[in-house]
Amino acid sequence: MNPNDRKYTSEHEWVKIDDPAAGHAVAGITEYAQDQLGDIVYFDLPQPGATVQFKGKMGEVESVKAVSDLYSPVTGEVIEVNERLIDHPEIVNEDPFQEGWLVRVAMSNAAEVDSLMSAEEYDAFIGGLE
Amino acid sequence: MVPFGGWDMPVQYSGILAEVNAVRTAAGLFDVSHMGRLYISGPQATQFLDWVLTGSADSLRVGRARYCMICNEEGGVIDDTIFYRLAENSYLLIPNAGNRLEVVAWFQKWIDRKFSGGCVIDDRTETTALIACQGPAAARIMDRLGDGSSSGMRPFTWDQTALSGKDVMVGRTGYTGEDGFEIVADTQDAGFIWHALMEQDVLPCGLGARDVLRLEAGLPLHGHEIDAQTTPIEAGLERFVRFDKEYLGSQVLARQHQNGVERKLVGLMTPGRSAPRAGYSISAQGQVIGSVTSGSYSPTLDTSIAMGYVLVDYAQPGQAVELDIRGRAAQAEIVPLPFYTRPQTS
Repeated sequence: MNPNDRKYTSEHEWVKIDDPAAGHAVAGITEYAQDQLGDIVYFDLPQPGATVQFKGKMGEVESVKAVSDLYSPVTGEVIEVNERLIDHPEIVNEDPFQEGWLVRVAMSNAAEVDSLMSAEEYDAFIGGLE
Repeated sequence: MVPFGGWDMPVQYSGILAEVNAVRTAAGLFDVSHMGRLYISGPQATQFLDWVLTGSADSLRVGRARYCMICNEEGGVIDDTIFYRLAENSYLLIPNAGNRLEVVAWFQKWIDRKFSGGCVIDDRTETTALIACQGPAAARIMDRLGDGSSSGMRPFTWDQTALSGKDVMVGRTGYTGEDGFEIVADTQDAGFIWHALMEQDVLPCGLGARDVLRLEAGLPLHGHEIDAQTTPIEAGLERFVRFDKEYLGSQVLARQHQNGVERKLVGLMTPGRSAPRAGYSISAQGQVIGSVTSGSYSPTLDTSIAMGYVLVDYAQPGQAVELDIRGRAAQAEIVPLPFYTRPQTS
C-alpha cells in the first residue's frame, strides 16, 4: 500500500526525490497518518523560501479531533507549497501520496533521504504499531 | 478505540465530519452504554433526589425527564445528569461514565446519612445498554421500528415500548442539539436494535462526532466546562437550578445567584479552521482573562468555536478577545451560547 518510489520517516512523512538533477524532493504524510488523524481541516505549512531542517518541525496538521506537528524529512529550502490544501485539506485524506503532497523542497543534503525507511521497512514499522 | 471513563470507545466510524453531518441532516446512531444507568427507588426516593439534585424530583411528573446537576456542599458539580421519573417512587438516573462510581458512592453516603432504609440504588449499567438515535429523521425511523408512537412523544418524556420486537424504554432526550431518542435495552437485545437502526440508514457515530455536536449545541461536558471546582452558576446553567428549597450546595448557589460570580462560561468564535483547544489562554487588552475548556472546528457552521471561562466583566457577547493558539495569536469574539440551534419544525 505504501508506494516504493519514496522513503518514509517514523513520524509518518514520506519524501520522494522527483528531480534528482536539481535536488528537488516532494514531501507529504502517509496513508497511515491520514487515517490516524481522521478528517483533516487545516494545515499550517511553511512559506516558500523558508528553511526546513531534517526531522525538524515544519508545521502543523489539524483534524477535527487533534493537532499534530509536521516534521520535515529533509533539510533545505521550501520552493513550493500545495496551495490547494488551504481550501481543501481533505485532499490529503483522499490521496495522501499524490494529490495531497505538502511541500517541495530544494534539498541541501540529499544523503539524508538514504537514512530513511524504505516502503517495506515502513510497512513493517506501522505493522508493529498496531 | 480509545479508553474513555473506563470503557473502550470508538472515536469515529466513517469520519467525524460525515457523522456530524448525518446527525444534523438525517440521523446518527450512538452507543452510549458507557454512561451509567442507576435505578433509584423507595418511599423516600423523591426526597432523596430533592436533596442531591439541583432540579426538583417532586415536581417532575411520572413519564417525564429532567436535566440537572449533582452538586457537592460547595456547589461544585460532581456530575450532570438526566433523570426520568418511572413511577411515583422510582427513577432512572444517567450519570457520566467516568463519574458513575463516584456518584453511586456519593448517593450511598447521603442515603446512609439521611434516608436510610427509605431508598435504594440499583446500578444496572452492566446489564443494560444505552443507544442514542439522533437527528431530524430520528422520529420517522423510530416510528418505523416501533408501534408508531415515537414521533408523538414530547421532548423530555419517556415511554415503555418495543423496537423491532424488543422491549425497551425510550426517552426523547439526547446530547447533540438535535431531536432524538435515547433507548435503554437489555444487553442481549442491544446488538439487534443497533443493526435494525443501521438498516434504516442511521449512521454510526463515535465520540469525536458526539463531542463536536454537543459543543455546537453549547452543552457542557463534565471534566471540561463543569467539574467539582465549578458551579452551575458560573457555567450559566441557572435554568437547571432551583432556588426555592434547601439541598446539597443550595446555599452557595443561592448566594452566587444573588451576588454574582467572578467568572462565567462563554462561547467563543474565531474565523478559520485552526481550533482553540482546552487549556489555551484567553486575553483582552494584553491581560489574560481566562482559558478555553473545549474547542473544535465546527463543520456545521464552518468556523472554529470554543467554550471557556473568562472574568465576568468580559463575559459579554461582542467582546473582542485574543486566543493563544500554540503561540499564534488568534482574534476571537465572545458570542451567545448555543452556537447552533436546530431549525424549528412545525
